[in-house]
Amino acid sequence: MMPLTELTVSRHNPLVDPSLHIWGWQIAVYLFLGGLVAGLMIIAGVRLIAIRPSQREALVCCTIGPIVGLTGLSLGMFTLFLDLSHKLHVWRLYTTFQITSPMSWGSWILLLVYPALVANGLAHLPEAIPALARRFPVIVTWSDFILAREWLVVAIGLSNMLVGIALGIYTGILLGTFGARPLWNSAILGPLFLLSGLSIAAATLHGILIIHTPDDERPTFADFLLSSLTKLIEAHPLDPKVGPVLAGADNSFLTIEAALLILFLIGNTTSTSVHQQAASLLLGGPYTAIFWVFVIGMGIVIPLILQSLELANRIRHTLAPSIFVILGGLALRFVLVYAGQQSHWLEALNR
Amino acid sequence: MSRFAMVIDTRRCVGCNDCVVACKTEHGVPLGYSRDWITEELHGVFPDVRLEIRSERCNHCENPPCVSCCPTGASHIHDRGGVVLVDHEKCIGCKACLAACPYNARFVHPDGYVDKCTFCIHRVENGLDPACVSVCPTHCMHFGDLDDENSEVSRLLASRPYHSLIPEAGTKPCIFYLT
Repeated sequence: MMPLTELTVSRHNPLVDPSLHIWGWQIAVYLFLGGLVAGLMIIAGVRLIAIRPSQREALVCCTIGPIVGLTGLSLGMFTLFLDLSHKLHVWRLYTTFQITSPMSWGSWILLLVYPALVANGLAHLPEAIPALARRFPVIVTWSDFILAREWLVVAIGLSNMLVGIALGIYTGILLGTFGARPLWNSAILGPLFLLSGLSIAAATLHGILIIHTPDDERPTFADFLLSSLTKLIEAHPLDPKVGPVLAGADNSFLTIEAALLILFLIGNTTSTSVHQQAASLLLGGPYTAIFWVFVIGMGIVIPLILQSLELANRIRHTLAPSIFVILGGLALRFVLVYAGQQSHWLEALNR
Repeated sequence: MSRFAMVIDTRRCVGCNDCVVACKTEHGVPLGYSRDWITEELHGVFPDVRLEIRSERCNHCENPPCVSCCPTGASHIHDRGGVVLVDHEKCIGCKACLAACPYNARFVHPDGYVDKCTFCIHRVENGLDPACVSVCPTHCMHFGDLDDENSEVSRLLASRPYHSLIPEAGTKPCIFYLT
Protein backbone atom coordinates (compact mmCIF):
# COMPACT_ATOMS: atom_id res chain seq x y z
CA MET A 1 0.00 0.00 0.00
CA MET A 2 1.30 3.47 -0.91
CA PRO A 3 2.01 5.75 2.07
CA LEU A 4 -0.45 8.58 2.47
CA THR A 5 0.72 12.19 2.56
CA GLU A 6 -1.92 14.78 3.26
CA LEU A 7 -1.15 18.48 3.70
CA THR A 8 -3.60 20.92 5.24
CA VAL A 9 -2.45 24.52 5.04
CA SER A 10 -4.32 27.34 6.79
CA ARG A 11 -2.82 29.98 4.46
CA HIS A 12 -5.11 31.49 1.78
CA ASN A 13 -3.01 34.29 0.30
CA PRO A 14 -4.37 35.71 -2.98
CA LEU A 15 -2.29 34.84 -6.11
CA VAL A 16 -0.44 32.16 -4.09
CA ASP A 17 -3.04 29.64 -2.93
CA PRO A 18 -4.14 27.00 -3.73
CA SER A 19 -1.44 27.13 -6.41
CA LEU A 20 0.72 29.99 -7.60
CA HIS A 21 -0.99 32.15 -10.27
CA ILE A 22 0.92 35.43 -10.08
CA TRP A 23 1.50 35.84 -13.82
CA GLY A 24 -1.22 35.87 -16.46
CA TRP A 25 -1.63 36.89 -20.09
CA GLN A 26 0.49 40.03 -19.63
CA ILE A 27 3.70 38.06 -19.07
CA ALA A 28 2.90 35.50 -21.79
CA VAL A 29 2.31 38.30 -24.32
CA TYR A 30 5.42 40.16 -23.09
CA LEU A 31 7.58 37.07 -23.60
CA PHE A 32 6.03 36.51 -27.04
CA LEU A 33 6.64 40.09 -28.16
CA GLY A 34 10.15 39.99 -26.69
CA GLY A 35 10.89 36.88 -28.77
CA LEU A 36 9.41 38.50 -31.90
CA VAL A 37 11.53 41.62 -31.45
CA ALA A 38 14.65 39.52 -30.78
CA GLY A 39 14.09 37.56 -34.00
CA LEU A 40 13.41 40.71 -36.02
CA MET A 41 16.63 42.28 -34.71
CA ILE A 42 18.77 39.28 -35.61
CA ILE A 43 17.29 39.00 -39.11
CA ALA A 44 17.52 42.78 -39.61
CA GLY A 45 21.14 42.79 -38.45
CA VAL A 46 22.13 39.95 -40.77
CA ARG A 47 20.37 41.53 -43.75
CA LEU A 48 21.85 44.99 -43.10
CA ILE A 49 25.36 43.58 -43.25
CA ALA A 50 24.58 41.31 -46.19
CA ILE A 51 23.00 43.99 -48.40
CA ARG A 52 25.39 45.62 -50.85
CA PRO A 53 24.70 49.13 -52.20
CA SER A 54 23.91 47.73 -55.63
CA GLN A 55 21.60 45.13 -54.23
CA ARG A 56 18.88 46.96 -52.32
CA GLU A 57 16.52 44.06 -51.88
CA ALA A 58 15.04 42.57 -48.73
CA LEU A 59 14.00 45.94 -47.38
CA VAL A 60 11.22 44.09 -45.65
CA CYS A 61 13.86 42.68 -43.30
CA CYS A 62 15.92 45.70 -42.42
CA THR A 63 13.32 48.46 -42.60
CA ILE A 64 9.83 47.06 -42.08
CA GLY A 65 11.23 44.56 -39.53
CA PRO A 66 12.64 47.26 -37.22
CA ILE A 67 9.41 49.29 -37.49
CA VAL A 68 7.36 46.23 -36.46
CA GLY A 69 10.00 45.51 -33.80
CA LEU A 70 9.80 48.98 -32.26
CA THR A 71 6.01 48.71 -32.12
CA GLY A 72 6.17 45.20 -30.64
CA LEU A 73 8.76 46.22 -28.05
CA SER A 74 6.68 49.18 -26.91
CA LEU A 75 3.58 46.97 -26.66
CA GLY A 76 5.57 44.33 -24.75
CA MET A 77 6.91 46.84 -22.26
CA PHE A 78 3.37 48.13 -21.80
CA THR A 79 2.02 44.64 -21.01
CA LEU A 80 4.92 44.16 -18.57
CA PHE A 81 3.97 47.45 -16.93
CA LEU A 82 0.36 46.28 -16.68
CA ASP A 83 1.55 43.23 -14.72
CA LEU A 84 3.37 45.24 -12.06
CA SER A 85 1.46 45.60 -8.81
CA HIS A 86 3.49 48.61 -7.55
CA LYS A 87 3.39 50.50 -10.84
CA LEU A 88 4.45 53.97 -9.69
CA HIS A 89 7.78 52.54 -8.52
CA VAL A 90 8.71 51.11 -11.95
CA TRP A 91 11.52 53.70 -12.31
CA ARG A 92 13.39 51.80 -9.59
CA LEU A 93 14.40 49.30 -12.29
CA TYR A 94 16.74 51.92 -13.72
CA THR A 95 18.35 53.11 -10.51
CA THR A 96 20.34 49.91 -10.07
CA PHE A 97 21.81 46.90 -11.84
CA GLN A 98 21.45 43.59 -10.01
CA ILE A 99 23.91 41.19 -11.61
CA THR A 100 22.17 38.03 -10.36
CA SER A 101 18.70 39.09 -11.49
CA PRO A 102 17.65 38.12 -15.05
CA MET A 103 14.88 40.72 -14.85
CA SER A 104 17.43 43.45 -14.15
CA TRP A 105 19.51 42.30 -17.13
CA GLY A 106 16.34 42.28 -19.23
CA SER A 107 15.27 45.78 -18.27
CA TRP A 108 18.65 47.19 -19.36
CA ILE A 109 18.73 45.05 -22.54
CA LEU A 110 15.30 46.45 -23.46
CA LEU A 111 16.78 49.95 -23.35
CA LEU A 112 19.53 48.92 -25.79
CA VAL A 113 16.96 47.53 -28.23
CA TYR A 114 15.47 50.93 -29.11
CA PRO A 115 18.62 52.68 -30.43
CA ALA A 116 19.82 49.52 -32.19
CA LEU A 117 16.50 49.02 -34.01
CA VAL A 118 16.16 52.73 -34.87
CA ALA A 119 19.67 52.80 -36.36
CA ASN A 120 18.99 49.65 -38.38
CA GLY A 121 15.69 50.95 -39.67
CA LEU A 122 17.15 54.37 -40.57
CA ALA A 123 19.82 52.94 -42.88
CA HIS A 124 17.42 52.17 -45.73
CA LEU A 125 14.35 54.12 -44.61
CA PRO A 126 14.39 56.70 -47.48
CA GLU A 127 14.22 53.90 -50.07
CA ALA A 128 11.57 51.94 -48.21
CA ILE A 129 9.28 54.82 -47.32
CA PRO A 130 10.06 57.73 -49.70
CA ALA A 131 7.02 59.72 -48.57
CA LEU A 132 8.36 59.86 -45.02
CA ALA A 133 11.82 60.86 -46.24
CA ARG A 134 10.36 63.69 -48.31
CA ARG A 135 8.45 64.99 -45.30
CA PHE A 136 11.45 64.72 -42.96
CA PRO A 137 14.63 65.30 -45.03
CA VAL A 138 16.78 64.76 -41.97
CA ILE A 139 16.08 61.04 -42.38
CA VAL A 140 17.97 61.12 -45.69
CA THR A 141 20.89 62.86 -43.99
CA TRP A 142 21.06 60.20 -41.28
CA SER A 143 20.68 57.38 -43.80
CA ASP A 144 23.48 58.80 -45.99
CA PHE A 145 25.66 59.26 -42.91
CA ILE A 146 25.26 55.57 -41.99
CA LEU A 147 25.59 54.13 -45.50
CA ALA A 148 28.70 56.22 -46.26
CA ARG A 149 30.56 54.45 -43.46
CA GLU A 150 31.00 50.73 -43.96
CA TRP A 151 32.25 50.23 -40.39
CA LEU A 152 29.10 51.89 -39.03
CA VAL A 153 26.83 49.63 -41.11
CA VAL A 154 28.69 46.58 -39.80
CA ALA A 155 28.57 47.92 -36.22
CA ILE A 156 24.81 48.53 -36.40
CA GLY A 157 24.18 45.11 -37.95
CA LEU A 158 26.35 43.34 -35.36
CA SER A 159 24.81 45.25 -32.46
CA ASN A 160 21.32 44.26 -33.64
CA MET A 161 22.37 40.61 -33.85
CA LEU A 162 24.03 40.62 -30.42
CA VAL A 163 21.28 42.55 -28.61
CA GLY A 164 18.68 40.39 -30.39
CA ILE A 165 20.37 37.18 -29.20
CA ALA A 166 20.62 38.57 -25.66
CA LEU A 167 16.96 39.60 -25.68
CA GLY A 168 15.75 36.26 -27.08
CA ILE A 169 17.73 34.20 -24.60
CA TYR A 170 16.72 36.51 -21.74
CA THR A 171 13.01 35.82 -22.34
CA GLY A 172 13.69 32.12 -21.67
CA ILE A 173 16.29 32.53 -18.93
CA LEU A 174 13.83 34.76 -17.05
CA LEU A 175 11.74 31.64 -16.39
CA GLY A 176 14.62 29.14 -16.47
CA THR A 177 16.33 30.52 -13.37
CA PHE A 178 13.36 29.92 -11.06
CA GLY A 179 14.52 26.78 -9.25
CA ALA A 180 11.31 26.76 -7.21
CA ARG A 181 9.26 25.97 -10.35
CA PRO A 182 10.62 22.68 -11.70
CA LEU A 183 9.00 22.94 -15.14
CA TRP A 184 10.76 26.25 -15.81
CA ASN A 185 14.07 25.31 -14.24
CA SER A 186 15.80 24.32 -17.47
CA ALA A 187 18.65 26.05 -19.30
CA ILE A 188 17.05 24.92 -22.56
CA LEU A 189 14.33 27.56 -22.19
CA GLY A 190 16.84 30.25 -23.24
CA PRO A 191 17.72 28.84 -26.68
CA LEU A 192 14.16 27.48 -27.06
CA PHE A 193 12.62 30.94 -26.72
CA LEU A 194 15.35 32.43 -28.93
CA LEU A 195 14.64 29.95 -31.74
CA SER A 196 10.92 30.35 -31.29
CA GLY A 197 11.39 34.13 -31.54
CA LEU A 198 13.41 33.72 -34.73
CA SER A 199 10.71 31.53 -36.28
CA ILE A 200 7.97 34.00 -35.28
CA ALA A 201 10.00 36.89 -36.76
CA ALA A 202 10.68 35.07 -40.04
CA ALA A 203 6.99 34.13 -40.27
CA THR A 204 5.94 37.72 -39.58
CA LEU A 205 8.22 39.11 -42.29
CA HIS A 206 7.10 36.36 -44.68
CA GLY A 207 3.49 37.27 -43.93
CA ILE A 208 4.10 40.98 -44.53
CA LEU A 209 5.77 40.14 -47.85
CA ILE A 210 2.83 37.98 -48.94
CA ILE A 211 0.30 40.66 -48.03
CA HIS A 212 2.31 43.20 -49.97
CA THR A 213 2.60 41.03 -53.08
CA PRO A 214 -0.29 41.66 -55.51
CA ASP A 215 -2.28 38.54 -56.20
CA ASP A 216 -5.50 38.76 -58.17
CA GLU A 217 -6.62 35.35 -56.97
CA ARG A 218 -6.85 36.55 -53.40
CA PRO A 219 -7.71 38.92 -51.55
CA THR A 220 -9.70 37.59 -48.66
CA PHE A 221 -11.15 40.02 -46.17
CA ALA A 222 -8.30 39.39 -43.70
CA ASP A 223 -5.72 40.03 -46.41
CA PHE A 224 -7.52 43.19 -47.46
CA LEU A 225 -7.57 44.42 -43.87
CA LEU A 226 -3.89 43.71 -43.29
CA SER A 227 -2.79 45.11 -46.65
CA SER A 228 -4.71 48.29 -45.91
CA LEU A 229 -2.72 48.65 -42.72
CA THR A 230 0.64 48.10 -44.41
CA LYS A 231 -0.26 50.55 -47.14
CA LEU A 232 -0.57 53.22 -44.49
CA ILE A 233 3.20 53.38 -44.38
CA GLU A 234 3.54 53.05 -48.18
CA ALA A 235 6.44 50.65 -47.93
CA HIS A 236 8.16 49.60 -51.14
CA PRO A 237 9.86 47.93 -52.85
CA LEU A 238 9.50 44.53 -51.22
CA ASP A 239 11.26 41.93 -53.30
CA PRO A 240 9.15 38.74 -53.59
CA LYS A 241 12.39 36.75 -54.10
CA VAL A 242 12.97 37.11 -50.38
CA GLY A 243 9.84 35.05 -49.66
CA PRO A 244 11.41 31.62 -50.26
CA VAL A 245 14.50 32.67 -48.27
CA LEU A 246 12.32 33.58 -45.29
CA ALA A 247 10.21 30.40 -45.61
CA GLY A 248 13.38 28.27 -45.77
CA ALA A 249 14.88 30.06 -42.77
CA ASP A 250 11.62 29.66 -40.86
CA ASN A 251 11.63 25.91 -41.56
CA SER A 252 15.16 25.67 -40.15
CA PHE A 253 14.18 27.62 -37.03
CA LEU A 254 11.07 25.47 -36.52
CA THR A 255 13.07 22.25 -36.86
CA ILE A 256 15.62 23.36 -34.25
CA GLU A 257 12.79 24.59 -32.00
CA ALA A 258 11.13 21.15 -32.22
CA ALA A 259 14.44 19.48 -31.32
CA LEU A 260 14.87 21.79 -28.32
CA LEU A 261 11.32 21.05 -27.14
CA ILE A 262 12.07 17.33 -27.30
CA LEU A 263 15.29 17.87 -25.30
CA PHE A 264 13.33 19.97 -22.80
CA LEU A 265 10.85 17.12 -22.26
CA ILE A 266 13.62 14.48 -22.10
CA GLY A 267 15.46 16.57 -19.52
CA ASN A 268 12.40 16.80 -17.29
CA THR A 269 11.17 13.22 -17.66
CA THR A 270 14.60 11.77 -16.83
CA SER A 271 15.25 14.08 -13.85
CA THR A 272 13.99 14.05 -10.25
CA SER A 273 10.45 13.16 -9.24
CA VAL A 274 9.44 16.83 -9.04
CA HIS A 275 10.66 17.39 -12.59
CA GLN A 276 8.82 14.28 -13.76
CA GLN A 277 5.67 15.60 -12.07
CA ALA A 278 6.27 18.92 -13.82
CA ALA A 279 6.66 17.25 -17.22
CA SER A 280 3.44 15.33 -16.64
CA LEU A 281 1.60 18.66 -16.88
CA LEU A 282 2.45 18.51 -20.60
CA LEU A 283 2.45 14.72 -20.95
CA GLY A 284 -0.88 13.58 -19.61
CA GLY A 285 -1.88 16.53 -17.44
CA PRO A 286 -4.14 19.56 -17.79
CA TYR A 287 -1.93 21.30 -20.39
CA THR A 288 -1.34 18.28 -22.62
CA ALA A 289 -4.05 18.94 -25.20
CA ILE A 290 -3.24 22.63 -25.70
CA PHE A 291 0.51 21.85 -25.82
CA TRP A 292 0.31 19.12 -28.46
CA VAL A 293 -2.49 20.63 -30.55
CA PHE A 294 -1.55 24.31 -30.56
CA VAL A 295 2.21 24.42 -29.82
CA ILE A 296 3.42 21.30 -31.62
CA GLY A 297 0.69 20.63 -34.19
CA MET A 298 -0.45 24.07 -35.24
CA GLY A 299 2.74 25.97 -34.36
CA ILE A 300 5.42 23.65 -35.74
CA VAL A 301 4.25 20.58 -37.71
CA ILE A 302 1.61 22.15 -40.00
CA PRO A 303 3.71 25.24 -40.91
CA LEU A 304 6.71 22.98 -41.59
CA ILE A 305 4.63 20.92 -44.04
CA LEU A 306 3.02 23.97 -45.68
CA GLN A 307 6.30 25.86 -46.07
CA SER A 308 8.04 22.76 -47.42
CA LEU A 309 5.33 22.48 -50.08
CA GLU A 310 5.72 26.21 -50.84
CA LEU A 311 9.47 25.82 -51.24
CA ALA A 312 8.95 22.83 -53.55
CA ASN A 313 6.58 25.01 -55.63
CA ARG A 314 3.74 22.56 -54.99
CA ILE A 315 1.54 25.29 -53.52
CA ARG A 316 1.76 29.08 -53.64
CA HIS A 317 2.95 31.16 -50.69
CA THR A 318 0.06 32.03 -48.41
CA LEU A 319 -0.47 33.73 -45.07
CA ALA A 320 -1.51 30.45 -43.41
CA PRO A 321 1.91 29.18 -42.21
CA SER A 322 2.83 32.63 -40.91
CA ILE A 323 -0.36 32.86 -38.88
CA PHE A 324 0.09 29.31 -37.55
CA VAL A 325 3.69 29.98 -36.49
CA ILE A 326 2.73 33.23 -34.75
CA LEU A 327 -0.20 31.64 -32.91
CA GLY A 328 1.94 28.60 -32.03
CA GLY A 329 4.65 30.85 -30.57
CA LEU A 330 2.02 32.66 -28.51
CA ALA A 331 0.58 29.33 -27.33
CA LEU A 332 4.07 28.13 -26.28
CA ARG A 333 4.46 31.14 -23.97
CA PHE A 334 0.95 30.80 -22.56
CA VAL A 335 1.36 27.07 -21.85
CA LEU A 336 4.77 27.43 -20.21
CA VAL A 337 3.84 30.51 -18.14
CA TYR A 338 0.67 28.89 -16.77
CA ALA A 339 1.93 25.29 -16.42
CA GLY A 340 5.19 26.38 -14.81
CA GLN A 341 3.35 28.11 -12.00
CA GLN A 342 1.53 24.86 -11.22
CA SER A 343 4.77 22.87 -10.90
CA HIS A 344 6.14 22.89 -7.38
CA TRP A 345 8.68 21.38 -5.00
CA LEU A 346 5.90 20.37 -2.62
CA GLU A 347 5.68 17.26 -4.81
CA ALA A 348 8.88 16.23 -3.01
CA LEU A 349 6.80 15.69 0.10
CA ASN A 350 5.27 12.60 -1.52
CA ARG A 351 8.25 10.59 -0.38
CA MET B 1 28.43 37.76 12.86
CA SER B 2 25.06 36.34 13.80
CA ARG B 3 22.69 33.98 12.05
CA PHE B 4 19.12 34.22 13.33
CA ALA B 5 17.07 31.05 13.23
CA MET B 6 13.85 29.63 14.58
CA VAL B 7 13.42 26.18 16.07
CA ILE B 8 9.90 24.80 16.41
CA ASP B 9 9.07 21.72 18.45
CA THR B 10 6.45 19.80 16.45
CA ARG B 11 5.82 17.54 19.46
CA ARG B 12 4.53 20.54 21.39
CA CYS B 13 2.77 22.53 18.66
CA VAL B 14 -1.02 22.05 18.78
CA GLY B 15 -1.86 24.33 15.84
CA CYS B 16 -3.74 26.86 17.97
CA ASN B 17 -2.98 29.72 15.53
CA ASP B 18 -1.88 32.06 18.34
CA CYS B 19 1.32 32.76 16.39
CA VAL B 20 -0.75 33.69 13.33
CA VAL B 21 -2.95 36.09 15.32
CA ALA B 22 0.06 37.64 17.06
CA CYS B 23 1.75 38.29 13.72
CA LYS B 24 -1.38 39.82 12.21
CA THR B 25 -1.75 42.08 15.24
CA GLU B 26 1.92 43.08 15.42
CA HIS B 27 2.19 43.97 11.72
CA GLY B 28 -1.38 44.96 10.83
CA VAL B 29 -1.51 42.21 8.19
CA PRO B 30 -4.59 42.88 6.01
CA LEU B 31 -7.64 40.64 6.22
CA GLY B 32 -7.28 37.56 4.02
CA TYR B 33 -3.45 37.60 4.05
CA SER B 34 -0.96 35.73 6.25
CA ARG B 35 2.74 36.15 6.99
CA ASP B 36 2.68 32.89 8.94
CA TRP B 37 0.30 29.96 8.93
CA ILE B 38 -0.30 26.45 10.27
CA THR B 39 0.39 23.33 8.21
CA GLU B 40 -0.74 19.87 9.22
CA GLU B 41 1.03 17.00 7.50
CA LEU B 42 -0.38 13.53 7.84
CA HIS B 43 2.03 10.84 6.68
CA GLY B 44 2.16 7.04 6.73
CA VAL B 45 0.10 3.92 6.01
CA PHE B 46 -3.05 3.45 8.09
CA PRO B 47 -3.10 2.64 10.99
CA ASP B 48 0.57 3.59 11.32
CA VAL B 49 0.19 7.31 10.56
CA ARG B 50 1.93 10.35 11.98
CA LEU B 51 0.57 13.90 12.20
CA GLU B 52 3.01 16.79 12.30
CA ILE B 53 1.69 20.27 13.05
CA ARG B 54 3.96 23.11 12.00
CA SER B 55 3.91 26.87 12.31
CA GLU B 56 5.37 28.04 8.96
CA ARG B 57 6.61 31.34 7.56
CA CYS B 58 9.47 32.72 5.43
CA ASN B 59 12.50 30.50 6.08
CA HIS B 60 14.99 33.40 5.91
CA CYS B 61 17.22 31.17 3.80
CA GLU B 62 21.00 31.46 3.77
CA ASN B 63 20.85 31.16 -0.02
CA PRO B 64 17.63 33.07 -0.75
CA PRO B 65 16.54 32.87 -4.42
CA CYS B 66 14.06 35.71 -3.77
CA VAL B 67 17.00 38.05 -3.16
CA SER B 68 19.10 37.01 -6.14
CA CYS B 69 16.19 37.38 -8.59
CA CYS B 70 15.01 40.80 -7.38
CA PRO B 71 15.66 43.37 -10.16
CA THR B 72 15.68 46.44 -7.88
CA GLY B 73 17.41 45.20 -4.74
CA ALA B 74 14.16 45.56 -2.78
CA SER B 75 14.57 42.01 -1.49
CA HIS B 76 17.75 42.03 0.55
CA ILE B 77 19.60 40.38 3.41
CA HIS B 78 19.63 42.51 6.56
CA ASP B 79 23.01 43.29 8.12
CA ARG B 80 22.01 41.72 11.39
CA GLY B 81 21.31 37.99 11.58
CA GLY B 82 20.94 37.38 7.84
CA VAL B 83 17.22 38.18 7.97
CA VAL B 84 15.61 38.44 4.52
CA LEU B 85 13.61 41.67 4.19
CA VAL B 86 11.72 43.64 1.51
CA ASP B 87 12.20 47.39 1.08
CA HIS B 88 8.65 48.47 0.20
CA GLU B 89 9.86 51.68 -1.45
CA LYS B 90 12.11 49.81 -3.87
CA CYS B 91 9.62 47.02 -4.69
CA ILE B 92 7.95 47.37 -8.13
CA GLY B 93 5.62 44.41 -7.67
CA CYS B 94 7.10 42.28 -10.49
CA LYS B 95 6.41 39.16 -8.40
CA ALA B 96 9.65 37.43 -9.45
CA CYS B 97 10.39 36.75 -5.77
CA LEU B 98 7.04 34.99 -5.38
CA ALA B 99 7.95 32.71 -8.28
CA ALA B 100 11.42 32.12 -6.83
CA CYS B 101 10.29 31.10 -3.33
CA PRO B 102 9.77 27.33 -3.03
CA TYR B 103 7.78 27.89 0.20
CA ASN B 104 5.23 30.33 -1.27
CA ALA B 105 5.97 32.46 1.78
CA ARG B 106 5.47 35.83 0.08
CA PHE B 107 2.35 37.67 -1.03
CA VAL B 108 1.41 40.90 -2.75
CA HIS B 109 0.16 43.40 -0.17
CA PRO B 110 -3.05 45.23 -1.20
CA ASP B 111 -0.91 48.39 -1.44
CA GLY B 112 1.08 46.76 -4.27
CA TYR B 113 4.41 45.84 -2.71
CA VAL B 114 5.49 42.34 -1.76
CA ASP B 115 5.27 41.45 1.91
CA LYS B 116 6.43 38.60 4.15
CA CYS B 117 7.70 37.62 7.62
CA THR B 118 10.50 39.86 8.93
CA PHE B 119 11.39 37.70 11.96
CA CYS B 120 10.05 40.82 13.77
CA ILE B 121 13.47 42.41 13.32
CA HIS B 122 12.17 45.63 14.94
CA ARG B 123 11.49 43.66 18.14
CA VAL B 124 14.63 41.53 17.93
CA GLU B 125 16.85 44.61 17.63
CA ASN B 126 15.29 45.78 20.91
CA GLY B 127 16.07 42.55 22.67
CA LEU B 128 12.62 41.00 22.30
CA ASP B 129 11.53 37.74 20.71
CA PRO B 130 9.44 37.79 17.51
CA ALA B 131 5.73 38.30 18.27
CA CYS B 132 4.81 34.73 17.29
CA VAL B 133 7.44 33.26 19.62
CA SER B 134 6.49 35.49 22.52
CA VAL B 135 2.82 34.43 22.57
CA CYS B 136 3.13 30.67 21.97
CA PRO B 137 1.13 29.02 24.79
CA THR B 138 2.98 25.68 24.54
CA HIS B 139 6.44 27.31 24.26
CA CYS B 140 7.11 25.25 21.16
CA MET B 141 8.84 28.11 19.31
CA HIS B 142 12.41 29.24 19.99
CA PHE B 143 14.36 32.08 18.40
CA GLY B 144 18.07 32.81 18.57
CA ASP B 145 21.50 32.99 17.01
CA LEU B 146 22.79 29.84 15.29
CA ASP B 147 26.33 31.18 15.33
CA ASP B 148 26.27 31.24 19.13
CA GLU B 149 26.77 27.64 20.20
CA ASN B 150 25.37 28.43 23.65
CA SER B 151 22.12 29.86 22.33
CA GLU B 152 18.90 27.97 22.97
CA VAL B 153 18.39 27.20 19.28
CA SER B 154 21.92 25.79 18.92
CA ARG B 155 21.51 23.61 21.99
CA LEU B 156 18.14 22.29 20.83
CA LEU B 157 19.48 21.41 17.39
CA ALA B 158 22.45 19.66 19.00
CA SER B 159 20.26 17.56 21.27
CA ARG B 160 17.16 16.69 19.21
CA PRO B 161 16.45 15.26 15.73
CA TYR B 162 15.08 17.88 13.35
CA HIS B 163 14.31 18.64 9.74
CA SER B 164 13.85 21.71 7.58
CA LEU B 165 11.42 22.26 4.72
CA ILE B 166 12.29 21.20 1.17
CA PRO B 167 16.07 21.10 1.72
CA GLU B 168 16.29 19.64 -1.81
CA ALA B 169 15.59 23.13 -3.18
CA GLY B 170 19.06 24.16 -1.99
CA THR B 171 18.01 27.38 -0.27
CA LYS B 172 19.43 26.47 3.18
CA PRO B 173 16.35 27.42 5.23
CA CYS B 174 16.86 28.78 8.77
CA ILE B 175 13.70 27.41 10.36
CA PHE B 176 14.07 23.96 11.87
CA TYR B 177 11.39 21.57 13.09
CA LEU B 178 12.18 19.28 16.02
CA THR B 179 10.65 15.84 15.56
